[in-house]
Amino acid sequence: MYFELNQQRVFCSTGNGILSEEKPSVIFLHGAGMEHSVWVLPARYFARKGYNVFALDLPGHGRSEGLALDSISSMSAWLHEVIHALNLSKPAIVGHSMGSLIALSYAAKYADSLRALALLGISIPMPVAEALLQAARDNSHAAIDMANTWSHSSSAQLGGNDVPGINMMMSGQRLLERSSDGVFYSDLKACNEFTDALGLAENISVKTLMIIGEQDKMTAASNALKVAGKIRNCSVTSLKACGHAMLSEQPNAVLNALITIV
Amino acid sequence: MAKPSNYKFDTLSLHAGQKPDPTTGARAVPIYQSASFVFPDTDYAVGLFNIERAGHVYSRLSNPTNAVLEERIAALDNGVGAIATASGQAATHLAIATIVSNGEHIVASRSIYGGTHNLLAYTLPRFGIETTFVDPRDPAAFKSAIRDNTRLIFGEILGNPGLEVLDIPVISELAHAADLPLMVDSTFATPYLCRPIDFGADIVMHSATKFLSGHGVVIGGLLVDGGTFDWERSGKFPTLAEPYAGFHNLNFSEEFGPAAFITRARKEGLRDFGACMSPSTAFLILQGIETLPLRMQQHVENTKQIVEFLSEQEQVEWLNHPMLEQHPDHELAKRLMPKGCGAVFSFGIKGGSEAGIKFIENLEVFSHLANIGDAKSLVIHPASTTHHRMDSEALKAAGISEGLLRLSIGLEDVSDLMADLRKGLRASQRS
Repeated sequence: MYFELNQQRVFCSTGNGILSEEKPSVIFLHGAGMEHSVWVLPARYFARKGYNVFALDLPGHGRSEGLALDSISSMSAWLHEVIHALNLSKPAIVGHSMGSLIALSYAAKYADSLRALALLGISIPMPVAEALLQAARDNSHAAIDMANTWSHSSSAQLGGNDVPGINMMMSGQRLLERSSDGVFYSDLKACNEFTDALGLAENISVKTLMIIGEQDKMTAASNALKVAGKIRNCSVTSLKACGHAMLSEQPNAVLNALITIV
Repeated sequence: MAKPSNYKFDTLSLHAGQKPDPTTGARAVPIYQSASFVFPDTDYAVGLFNIERAGHVYSRLSNPTNAVLEERIAALDNGVGAIATASGQAATHLAIATIVSNGEHIVASRSIYGGTHNLLAYTLPRFGIETTFVDPRDPAAFKSAIRDNTRLIFGEILGNPGLEVLDIPVISELAHAADLPLMVDSTFATPYLCRPIDFGADIVMHSATKFLSGHGVVIGGLLVDGGTFDWERSGKFPTLAEPYAGFHNLNFSEEFGPAAFITRARKEGLRDFGACMSPSTAFLILQGIETLPLRMQQHVENTKQIVEFLSEQEQVEWLNHPMLEQHPDHELAKRLMPKGCGAVFSFGIKGGSEAGIKFIENLEVFSHLANIGDAKSLVIHPASTTHHRMDSEALKAAGISEGLLRLSIGLEDVSDLMADLRKGLRASQRS
């Protein structure tokens, strides 16, 4: 569905559900260069289970209008406006990669306004290799190749998808290829510059779940655990043989973990 | 941080799509000869039916053995996903049925497999889908044949049996300019020789009966979605970009993004038309794909030598293969298929149809049958067999003369093949 915010159309998938003020809400935030469709399986699950689902396209991503926002703090501020515009009361927020930084930043600032928080593939800082940043700045396909390869565990690069007949590597590549020029770079830069933020985690009081891929080469598991250690009420689900692209590599395990907190 | 290192073609041919069986440790892909799969609980069952969970329900829709094959061909063809079907024809039909509806139109190369020609020319019109056939070497003809109700451009990477090379970059560009997808039958090439998606095609199909399985032991098809076409932006594909009442108003483009086409094809086409592949067949095709690079190299090498050999024989009136400099598509073929143009080609014998019959009947190593892409060498007379339902006008348009013979070069010792052909050629000229 579309809604308007600051004279721009924003898209979010509802997981094919029907929205109601009576239902609890859950917001899904995608990663750099991505869009709402990465959440298709959990979005559909929680919609059926009686939740209002908002799998958002950030500005300039997927079907949402506007320019990509250039910092995690501006994305967090935008999220606040979205929650206000949709009149959501105590939503759960689930974020992956860049989306997890937005979620963490928001939760640190508006600690009492959330029901639950799930951080997938997080690291603070979230440094981006210079070669990747440069290639993304040049809108070179090499950026997509690097990010896509490093996002998948070595076993996932050979496939064996739980979703029958779907090639994980090429699905990730095509999503990034759909991203408009400059968007991927803007996102990566925002992640790279979100540096002195580990302290924000200490402000988070809402119950939090962290999902970690043990073979994550983009956001190392050890860094994620450092963030988890700063959050007062944080449980950790660690996925064996899983890379950063955990939503495609282990969709059932991710959903099982989300069910415990959303 | 190191540069990305993706697995290469030969490695993917052996491994893509498979994790060793977690229960038994089986290294080979197990044949999951099961119609259905047990649900852990009722909620999980609902989740599988409602596309919330990843997994298998019923082997018409998906099967673990087939899924390995599907992922493997998707990986080799650079597609986002694939579906294994009962035959190549089923793959073609599944693709068309997913995006073309009653009252709509297809533009197709006129040099295509006879079975596909039947489907497009005679069968689909009964369901309100018309096709205009055009010269595969004439991009302007494709363009001028496009109508407001056109929904698909179709061609074969190598025309059958004339071996016209489809200029995929040019044809895909004009298709995309008209907001239409290009579908390519890549059976003759296999992804080892050409990946049509890399050149601009959006959908690829294979008859896996041929080189992919490689041993003439199964019937099967594969449909690959490149994930490249924007169905929503096109505005011409309500089956993919509008709510589908047959699945609780699911909008496939909205929810599945680049995988919209292949997901709808599975959730509707396999469900409703049911032309699925047997897991035993999938296993045999996987066995074939494991050696695809080695076999294709040898097919191409043997073919090169046989083409050179036949070109020097006085009984041969003409010979048609893109590897020959005089072939009109020679340069294009080198660009699209630098490793070779496959192992199927046609030629004509002096003396026409009668000489052709004598030739075929005097061959011993070559098998006279209706197939291509076997490890064994094959021969056929298309006008009387694979293309016999085409009338003389359609045969002429497709470049099939009465005396045309088609060879599929196998993996035998090439000197034995030459000896066999020499014997057949001599016999063909005896009165």
